[in-house]
Amino acid sequence: MSVPLTLLGLLERGPSHGYDLKRDYDAYFGRGRPLRYSQVYATLFRLARDGKAVAGPVEQEAGPERRRYVITEAGVADVERWLAEPVAPEPDLQSELFAKVVLALMLGRPADGYLDAQRAAHLQRMRELTELKQDSDPLGVLLADHALYRLEADLRWIDHTAARLDLIAGQVHR
Amino acid sequence: MDRSHRGPAGPDRGTGTPVTADHAAVIAATGTKTIVEARNLEKSFGETPALRGASLTVRQGEIVAVMGPSGSGKSTLLHCLAGILVPEAGEVWFGGQRLDSQSDDRRSTLRRDRFGFVFQSGQLVPELTAEENVALPLLLSGTRRGPAMIAARKWFGTLGLDGLERRRSGELSGGQAQRVALARGLVAEPEVLFADEPTGSLDSMSGELVMNLLSAAVREHGTTVVLVTHDARVAAYADREVIVRDGKVSTLTGAQP
Repeated sequence: MSVPLTLLGLLERGPSHGYDLKRDYDAYFGRGRPLRYSQVYATLFRLARDGKAVAGPVEQEAGPERRRYVITEAGVADVERWLAEPVAPEPDLQSELFAKVVLALMLGRPADGYLDAQRAAHLQRMRELTELKQDSDPLGVLLADHALYRLEADLRWIDHTAARLDLIAGQVHR
Repeated sequence: MDRSHRGPAGPDRGTGTPVTADHAAVIAATGTKTIVEARNLEKSFGETPALRGASLTVRQGEIVAVMGPSGSGKSTLLHCLAGILVPEAGEVWFGGQRLDSQSDDRRSTLRRDRFGFVFQSGQLVPELTAEENVALPLLLSGTRRGPAMIAARKWFGTLGLDGLERRRSGELSGGQAQRVALARGLVAEPEVLFADEPTGSLDSMSGELVMNLLSAAVREHGTTVVLVTHDARVAAYADREVIVRDGKVSTLTGAQP
């Protein structure tokens, strides 16, 4: 995910301090991986340097000095363009799942055993996410659903592969 | 068994209700007790074998998802466990009784009094109203119409069906009809609910609503569930899952008793 564009998007709501941007980023998008303050301020510095935002004067009240940042028209245009662009689909063509199945077949090891173990791990994670949804706010549900659908796609691939192992084994050279 | 029809004490529409509260305690209290068991079942349809030595043990109070590819035998296994089909070999046990060797009448009585069922398409009786459909298991087991209808109506609020009591199945959406079918499966407070692809005919939103409600209701009442599904998101509501392949059962996760 693009941290600069996400911060710029948050800034489009109205002028903000770095502290407020970090707080909102962590609340909506961090999910256990909060931004470092240094990353926030370095990003805001670069956005200002590139003309996407303007840093206001230092506000020296009590405590550390603070600046309020305001998005520019160029910044708004960047956010608008970014939101309209589809994210490049990630086909995971060299995923670890794929590599393990092929190597297992190549080495004469039990690929079906690996697929069963992977299926069990995926289903366990799906069970955890389903439980998590029961106590989540709507954004938490949205995020859990995203993970659930991706895991489900993996599972369909696992089932499809398990059903064709004999055929695939014939295509893998030892 | 208790036939007081205390009715559901479950959630208001059920969608956001925690479903795991106290369930661990239910499992802990009853978890070592086997309620349904299949031992080395074999069953064929003509020349085609459906089950080839399938075994499964289900503990009281747990939700077990039975998964597997189409034609693997998972629905046949459910039908044998529920006493609908009789295996050609092997044994089915329910609550310490051998089920498969009992007469058709006896198995029919057991199904009516102690099991509940939910199938892929609600299979509601089109001539009856929704509340009459829900009350049907009680009426068939001899409960008078008045108490049966009162017990049936209690489920409408729980399952988000308020106001639909007098509608016939043709006047219900797919999701509503499936929730009526769920209420019918649970109204007699069965010991085991057998659910065969209960969301199979629904879109993802309706399916999720049905599973949230099913999960909340059975955990509230400590009902054991055998859930046949090919949908991993549905199976994720279960305590554990097994896979049926080529007529045999493999356990993937959780400790097999």
